[in-house]
Amino acid sequence: MPKLIKGVGCPYCGSSCDDIEVLVSDDETKILEVHNACIIGTNLFHHANDPTRPRLPRKRQPDGSMKEIPYNEAIDFMAKTMLAAKKPLIYGFGSTNCEGMSAVARIAEKSGAVLDNCATICHGPSFLAIFDNGYPSCTLGEAKNRADVVVFWGCNPMHAHPRHTSRYSIFPRGYFTPKGQMQRTVLSIDPRETDTAKLADVHLMLDQGHDYELFDAFRTVLKGFDIPDFVAGIPKETIKKSVEIMKNAKFCMIFFGMGCTHTDGRNHNIDAAISLTRDLNDHTKCSIMAMRGHYNIAGPGQVWAWQFGFPYCIDLSKGTHAHMNPGETSSVDLAMRDEVDCFVNVGADAGAHFPIQAVQHLKKHPFITIDPNFNMASEISDLHIPVRIAGVDEPGVVYRMDNVPIQFRSVIKGLPGVPSDEELFNMVYERMCELTKTEPIWLAAKEDRRYPESEAVI
Amino acid sequence: MFEGYSITPDAFAGKNAAQIAALPGHEGKIHVTIGDFFEVSGNGGETAADTDIVITGDCTRVKYIGARMTAGTVTVNGNADMYVGGWMKGGKIHIKGNMDSFCGIQMEGGELLCDGDAKNHVGCAYRGDWRGMKGGTIRVKGSAGNDIGTFMLGGTIIIEKDAFIHVSTHAEGGTVVIKGDVEGRVGGQMVKGDMYVLGKIKFMMPGYKKVDTVEKEIDGVKATFDHYIGDLGERHPKSKGQVVYANLYLKAVA
Repeated sequence: MPKLIKGVGCPYCGSSCDDIEVLVSDDETKILEVHNACIIGTNLFHHANDPTRPRLPRKRQPDGSMKEIPYNEAIDFMAKTMLAAKKPLIYGFGSTNCEGMSAVARIAEKSGAVLDNCATICHGPSFLAIFDNGYPSCTLGEAKNRADVVVFWGCNPMHAHPRHTSRYSIFPRGYFTPKGQMQRTVLSIDPRETDTAKLADVHLMLDQGHDYELFDAFRTVLKGFDIPDFVAGIPKETIKKSVEIMKNAKFCMIFFGMGCTHTDGRNHNIDAAISLTRDLNDHTKCSIMAMRGHYNIAGPGQVWAWQFGFPYCIDLSKGTHAHMNPGETSSVDLAMRDEVDCFVNVGADAGAHFPIQAVQHLKKHPFITIDPNFNMASEISDLHIPVRIAGVDEPGVVYRMDNVPIQFRSVIKGLPGVPSDEELFNMVYERMCELTKTEPIWLAAKEDRRYPESEAVI
Repeated sequence: MFEGYSITPDAFAGKNAAQIAALPGHEGKIHVTIGDFFEVSGNGGETAADTDIVITGDCTRVKYIGARMTAGTVTVNGNADMYVGGWMKGGKIHIKGNMDSFCGIQMEGGELLCDGDAKNHVGCAYRGDWRGMKGGTIRVKGSAGNDIGTFMLGGTIIIEKDAFIHVSTHAEGGTVVIKGDVEGRVGGQMVKGDMYVLGKIKFMMPGYKKVDTVEKEIDGVKATFDHYIGDLGERHPKSKGQVVYANLYLKAVA
């Protein structure tokens, strides 16, 4: 008889919905129905049923074709390639669990790699602004229960985070917001009329790439000074009206997305947004939050900041200390300058998301993809190692966009013989230690994870 | 790609050619020496101040030239890569070609001269540090990219041609002179300090207000400037009861 599993986390977007219900077959190998999730989340679960899912690593042959090889051969290849490289780059981790991220750090240290995650092409600039200016943020629960003015700056949750508006930001009825949408004023700042902008009470259709000027205009008006008649194509009166709405809010919530982080100025746009949030707190309560893309893209930031002190772009090649300077140690910059000589793509698709020149440089060197499915990166790789799908057939901890950790569960049994990211990285680490004739060091945060067998190595 | 963090008069001082060639560097995780990439002739001076380094050839892939130096000179007859003169405290660096990003970051003193163009983050702060360039002079004879003098506290940056965006963002001191045109975002979130733009600003920050027209001489150019104060949206300290603003001097249209 099929089983209904409740309280399942969805491994798609940064909203990390944890109210999904999944109906699975009696033997726990097939997903039959998915309830509550958005269409993308639903499909993600159903993908796990795909009979064509890769079950063995595939290695590129001299004639250009891909041939299935056993796992130990793939692990050996990966360990040897990374150890031989002068500066390997490990990138990805948008779609895997924190256990995997923690395990990969050992490989990165052992091979002197640069460790980077998808934030580098998404909310990395937000990190830089947070370093510079702080992060007056809150949880999504607070946004739901308190926010009566919601600002979407350069983001379109109706498409990118389909259940965000219904679970947290626009529609839900909260403790202090019992009337839901009727009680909330929504502002959208976007150069296009997106579906989120259509929902908004006020839509500021600014000139593309002039967010910084508009933030500055908001702050100048808030301080009581005059501004030019038009800023970024928006009339002065509209800006003043918007500032008035934000100022008179009981709780103002600013969500920002790629429209801020990846237009000219990047971190400075977020920096100005954080300054605006701080200024608004002179008048009312205001909070700001990054609309993180993947369900666990906040995870590597948390895990690696704890392990190395930096959330992304971590250059471990010196072996003595971590060095971080996005612009130099960020994946795309390293690839564009052809500074790396081995590329490992984990739970992300660099083939689809990187500029073509960057991929061309990366492709000159060994290119390894670790991903449960076929994607553009796996198809140009020299080695593709399939793993279990975190959140579907592999449990683990994930961090939601507001940096709240959630324990995701597995709903079906994993494919026989296919390891999880964590298991795979541990095996690669063990092989690296064998090859370098060193003792592996297992220091783990969790009791049930691997510990050193002899106390001498601690 | 060679990380030549040993290419400074401080490291070369008191060493002969063979010892200099044995100084360490990194190529990714591989430990290399200066001798692996360069032929070294001549000896270092007794102290850093007596040491003059001349590099002939293309250093487009050599990072950290003259980084953290305190005295002496470094001349590069060609291009240089990132972090030229980063964290430098004294001495003089002359790059005859172009420089990459992060040149003169966190600079505290000395002189950095570039005959060509510079990329982004000239005289900028290191990520997350609110104490940027504190002193010294950076002169770029060509153009520069974005983020010039971010979080600057002191010193002078002169860009003789154009700049892109973000000049003196978050600065609390120092002087930036741009002799060409700037795309925009001049002095955003700026607290204190001076900026001179002798060309045009395509997109003016809304937080700047024109207060005056003044005659000024800057870097040998005497002209009439429109004096703006700002960034009005940012916090500003008070001195003797007066609020201190950052100054933007934009050459008046004749």
